[in-house]
Amino acid sequence: MTTANESGRGDIEDLLPWHAAGTLSPRDAHRVETALAADPELARRYELVREELAQTIHLNETLGAPSARAAETLFAKIDAEPARAPAFSANLGARIRDFFAALSPRTVAWSAAAAALAIVLQAGVIGVVLVNGNNGPGYDTASAPSTLSGGGTYALIRFQPQVSAADITRFLDTNKLSIAEGPLAGGLFRVRIAPAKLAKTDRDRLITTLQTNQVVSFIAATQ
Amino acid sequence: MQTTSDENLIGRIGGGDRLAMQVLYARHHVRVYRFMLRMVRNEATAEDLLSDVFLDVWRQAGKFEGRSAVSTWLLSIARFKALSILRQRGEVELDDELAGAIEDHADDPEIAMAKKDKGEALRQCLTKLSAEHREVIDLVYYHEKSVDEVAAIAGVPEATVKTRMFYARKKLSELLKERGIDRGWP
Repeated sequence: MTTANESGRGDIEDLLPWHAAGTLSPRDAHRVETALAADPELARRYELVREELAQTIHLNETLGAPSARAAETLFAKIDAEPARAPAFSANLGARIRDFFAALSPRTVAWSAAAAALAIVLQAGVIGVVLVNGNNGPGYDTASAPSTLSGGGTYALIRFQPQVSAADITRFLDTNKLSIAEGPLAGGLFRVRIAPAKLAKTDRDRLITTLQTNQVVSFIAATQ
Repeated sequence: MQTTSDENLIGRIGGGDRLAMQVLYARHHVRVYRFMLRMVRNEATAEDLLSDVFLDVWRQAGKFEGRSAVSTWLLSIARFKALSILRQRGEVELDDELAGAIEDHADDPEIAMAKKDKGEALRQCLTKLSAEHREVIDLVYYHEKSVDEVAAIAGVPEATVKTRMFYARKKLSELLKERGIDRGWP
């Protein structure tokens, strides 16, 4: 390996850890990919980086999770803190008034122009959707997707203490679940298990299925 | 499946929303705990620090300016807390030589086993790195922080982050070599 090769490789080689972790900008990622394709020695070194990445994740994932004591201590301290000003939602009107009052006339003019442009673009997009969407019989409702604050079927779930955050995330994703609230007392989470209100038999069947997953320690239906 | 952004939660926490605090805690507490545990190497201490970190978040959420990701802000606070503890213990100056001094010896049966399993050996060597090197390795590989985010957390220039990462990886190779595993780099 020549010195020239080493010096030319240096900048790119410095980026390999971030490339492996997927945190480079698209431009830098492209530079690295191009260099890897052209330089077998760099590609070999990249494999070393990938090994380090895998083992660092493995090591961290085996560290376990904090006990419930940490959360209990934290929220006991928070409860002992002096009362706060009203929450953001309660103060929203005042904040919006303050925001617009702080803007200069020029800023307001530009904002209005940008808003008008956004409305025109949005109208265009809606028009395209309507034209392309009416290809068959039937109709579509204009309702938005349900959110966590809307309907749905919910359960209280406690996860096994030894499972990792990645396992829990995978469990939630695989089963299309959403955490609506938590952690609650006893390490419980209120989880939406279906976007619509299920019949009791369907709900119980779903809960029985979820109960068999190894990340679940406890599960029960709730409102 | 995150339906509310971290930034939105911080805004609500700034207004005293305890539920938003619970959600943010549920989202980030494990990673923050592990980051500090790798630094302080004591579970009880890491748990105490975890409560302190999120209490700071509760108190300072109103001052969060959104210049960095919330997770980066959390790790910055966590790092500060962990370093304070290490300073109290007199461990903050732990450097490569000192870390090297606590490594195992070549005839240790554990090492012989490790030679058979490169992954296990690599993990053991990761635990032998100095605090500074462990930190940069964890931030880049486990916490998925970019160069500028690591720089913000560690309070050093971006060029220093790259240099530190290079030397952390170099040290890792040296430790592996002492265990009979030559990676052919650097």
